[in-house]
Amino acid sequence: MMRVSVDLDLCQGHGVCESEAPTVFSLGKNETVTILDERPGDDVRSQVEAAIRFCPTAALRITEEE
Amino acid sequence: MTIAVERREPPRVSGGESENGHLDELRVDPLALMNRVRAECGDVGVFRLADRDVVLLSGSRANEFFFRSPEEILDQAEAYPFMTPVFGEGVVFDAPPERRREMLHNQALRDKFMRGHAATIADEVDRMVAAWDDEGQIDLLDWFAELTIYTSSACLIGKRFREELDQRFARLYHDLEQGTDAIAYVDPYAPIESFRRRDEARRGLVRLVEDIMERRVAAPPAPEDQRDLLDVLMSIKDEDGTDRFSADTITGMFISMMFAGHHTTSGTAAWTLIELLGHPDELAAVDHELDELYADGAEVSYQALREMPHLESSIKEALRLHPPLILLLRVAKEDLDYDGFVIRAGQMVGASPSVSNRIAEDFPAPDTFDPGRYLVPREEDRTNPWTWIPFGAGRHRCVGASFAMMQLKAIFSVLLLDWEFELAQPLDTYRNDHSKMVVQLQQPCAVRYRRRGTPGSRRGASARSGPGSGTGSGA
Repeated sequence: MMRVSVDLDLCQGHGVCESEAPTVFSLGKNETVTILDERPGDDVRSQVEAAIRFCPTAALRITEEE
Repeated sequence: MTIAVERREPPRVSGGESENGHLDELRVDPLALMNRVRAECGDVGVFRLADRDVVLLSGSRANEFFFRSPEEILDQAEAYPFMTPVFGEGVVFDAPPERRREMLHNQALRDKFMRGHAATIADEVDRMVAAWDDEGQIDLLDWFAELTIYTSSACLIGKRFREELDQRFARLYHDLEQGTDAIAYVDPYAPIESFRRRDEARRGLVRLVEDIMERRVAAPPAPEDQRDLLDVLMSIKDEDGTDRFSADTITGMFISMMFAGHHTTSGTAAWTLIELLGHPDELAAVDHELDELYADGAEVSYQALREMPHLESSIKEALRLHPPLILLLRVAKEDLDYDGFVIRAGQMVGASPSVSNRIAEDFPAPDTFDPGRYLVPREEDRTNPWTWIPFGAGRHRCVGASFAMMQLKAIFSVLLLDWEFELAQPLDTYRNDHSKMVVQLQQPCAVRYRRRGTPGSRRGASARSGPGSGTGSGA
C-alpha cells in the first residue's frame, strides 16, 4: 500500500497536487499542503504519481508499505 | 555526553588584496571569482565583499544546508542592499520575514490561474509580432525585455494596467535593472552614473503610474470584472478617509512584483533561442514537437503547454548554462557550524547557480548544451535537486518557477510555429554582461527572423483565441 508524505521545508503551496489528486491533497487558503488521505487506494495511484511528478518543488513522496 | 569538535575557519580564496577585497573582481568577472573559490577551497570558501566576508557554499550537501535554513538563521533582508533604492523603502526585502512570506505567496501564481495566463501571454506575443515585416532583425535584449514587461504586468497586475503601458515603461524599467552595481555593498547611493539613472528611472515610473491613477480617478469606475490590482490598491483608505497608498508606494510594489520575473524570463527566452539556433538538431526536435502538438489547432493554453519534453528540456538547459541569477545571498543571523567550519553571525553566505549548475560529477560534459540530460532516464534536474539550482531550491525556491516555464513555453509556441530565426552574429559573440548584479545580455545580440511559408498555416486559428476559451483544449 502506498503512503504519501510531504516535506514541509520544501512545500510552497503551489497547489499542483491539489489539481492532480483533489481527494488526497488540499491547499485551500493555506500556505502549505494538507494531506487528506495518507494511505490512498490504488484507484488514485496515477493521480498521486502525477501530483508527485509535477510538484514544482519536489516536496512529495510515496513510500510503499506492506 | 557531548563530543568536542574542533571548529575551523573556512579557507579563503586567493586575490582580493585591495581595500574592498574581491568587490572589484566581482564587478568585472564574478564567474571566475566564484569558480576559483570552489577550485581552491572546495565546498566552503570565503571571499571578501567590501567590509563583509561571503562564505560561498557549493556542491549538493552544502547547498542543501543553505536552502533548508529558515530565514531566522539565514536572512535575505540585508543581503541585497542594491535592491532597496530600486524598490523603494519598505518594499519586499525591507519587510520582516513573516510579512514577506505572506507577500511571496502571490495568489496570481497559483496553479489554477496558469491556463488563463498562458492565453494572455500568447496574445501579448501575437501583438508584438504583429509589428514585424515578413523578415527583419531584432535585438534580443530589447525585444524580450519589452515583451516581458507586457506579460508580467498583464498577468500579475491586470490587463487594464497593461493596456496603459508602452515602451517608455520598458525603457525606464531597464534603467532600474542596470542600476544594480555591486558597489552598492559599499554605498547603495554612491555618486555613479548607473545609480543616477536608476533614481531618475524610478521617478519616471512613479510619474507614469501617477498619470494612470489620475486618469482613473477622473474617469467613471471600471466594470467590476475589469478591475485590476491598481483599482484595488487605489480603493483602500485610511481611517481618516485619505488614500492608504501613494503613487510612490504603489509603484514600488509593482516594481518589486515584476522584478523577479522580468530580466530572468527575458534573458532565458533570449538564451533558449540562441542555444537552439546554435544547435540545429535540437531546434529541429523542438520544431517537430510543436508541429505535432498544434497540428489539430490546439490552443496555447496550460493543457497544451504541459507536455513539451524537448522545448522544456531546452529551456532547462539554457537555464543551467546561463542562470539569470548567478549568486544567491543571505546574512547569517547567528554563529553556525557547517561540516566543521564556523560561519559567524553577520557574515554573508552565498550559493551560486553558475558554479553548482556546472559541477561535472552531477552534470557530465557540464559545458555542453545537451537537453537530453533532462529526458527519462537521465533526468539530471530531478536527480540533483540541490545542484540543479537555476531557480534556487527548498523553501526559497523561486515561487514563479512554474509560471516562468509556462510563459517560456507559450512564447516559443507562438514564435517557432509562425517564424524562422537565424543568428545575426557568430554564436560565441552572444554573452552576458556581468558588470551588474542583475545579469543581462550584452549588446549587440541580434537575430534575424522570417515568416514561415504560408502565414498562419502552422497554427490553427483557435490558437489565437483569448482567455476564457481555455477550458476545452482537447484533453
